[in-house]
Amino acid sequence: MAKTINVDIVSAEGEIYSGPAEMVFVPAKEGELGIAPRHAPLLTLIKAGEVRVKTAEGEQSIFVSGGALEIQPNQVTIMADTAIRAKDLDEASALAAKQRAEEVLSGKIDKLEQAEALAELARAAAQLKLLERLRKIKG
Amino acid sequence: MAGTKEIRTKIASVKSTQKITKAMQMVATSKMRRAQDRMRLARPYADKIRTVIGNLSQANPDYRHPFMASREVNSVGIIIISTDRGLAGGLNANLFKQALLLMKEWQSKDIPITLSLMGSKGTAFFRRLGLPILSHVQGLGDKPHIAELIGPVKVMLDAYRDGKIDRLYLVHSQFVNTMTQKPNIVQLLPLEAQASSALQEHWDYIYEPSAGEILDGLLMRYIESQVYRGAVENVAAEMAARMVAMKAATDNAGKLIGELQLVYNKARQAAITTELAEIVGGAAAV
Repeated sequence: MAKTINVDIVSAEGEIYSGPAEMVFVPAKEGELGIAPRHAPLLTLIKAGEVRVKTAEGEQSIFVSGGALEIQPNQVTIMADTAIRAKDLDEASALAAKQRAEEVLSGKIDKLEQAEALAELARAAAQLKLLERLRKIKG
Repeated sequence: MAGTKEIRTKIASVKSTQKITKAMQMVATSKMRRAQDRMRLARPYADKIRTVIGNLSQANPDYRHPFMASREVNSVGIIIISTDRGLAGGLNANLFKQALLLMKEWQSKDIPITLSLMGSKGTAFFRRLGLPILSHVQGLGDKPHIAELIGPVKVMLDAYRDGKIDRLYLVHSQFVNTMTQKPNIVQLLPLEAQASSALQEHWDYIYEPSAGEILDGLLMRYIESQVYRGAVENVAAEMAARMVAMKAATDNAGKLIGELQLVYNKARQAAITTELAEIVGGAAAV
């Protein structure tokens, strides 16, 4: 039996793959990496692409959107992203979040208004109920 | 018989309300289970990243990332995760109370606060305070995705990097068990470095490209995963709270129906008695 290296691919939303492999191919940021058992400890970022896990039974390919890779002599860990990351993309979503915050501050969001109106209504209803009860006690 | 008809209508209306609360209770129960599963699934990722960061900071004791260096606090950022919908008992109210306490603590030291709000309930509540809101997201639903959180979290991380905030907190509801949910306050930044004692011998990674760049990417993902976990846990807590609230509502409706039924029976009996008395009285008169 050939030597194997343990592979774990995890993402924030769940575990993707876990098991022993003879060889793993990873699209690292600086170029594709082939990892055999007893590889030197290495830490790198990976880009979107295909991770190929070669096992005794055959080869399995898993798509990752990027993330980080840690190699220990008998353990490969891929911390995969669930979303495609790029500087501009992140920037754009940050901008969108900021914009939404500004809309909240200037009070433009209809749904919020609705939520507030509902809260106001609930308050009024509670007051009415109280009044009714008071009237009953008095009357 | 005017009274009895009114009572009958009332009973019917309470019964239909009971049906709704019962349905909501069951939906919340199944959603809570799924949210718990997602909470469990998120754990290995966060654990792995934490281990790698621990290894990294041990291998490079002299390198300090800004996220790990604590500095004098001149301004505080708070990320508040609340639910999008109500009918969850006192869940949000308790959360906001704790958040307000945290804010008061800093405000009493004259330290300005910046907010990042996730979830519409918190937004409706905290915008009244007139504090600056740096980022906002709502409508995360029952299955929050990391992709939706990247933007709002990045805004706060950038603010930290630029020195606009010196400390970052995360406030969310913690799922203790089905009956208990409590507000939880976590300090996200600066990260308290945990020295793992497991690896004592000196060794280091090969870095591609550089240690700093990798650490930066890792730390960012770690914080995001913390916020994601908070959001998922918040969903679990929301569902648990709603389940309990709806169970109480269903029970109360049952009690109310019982009481109304009694009143109805009495009114019916009284009506029959009066009618009988009238008939007997009428017969006697003849």
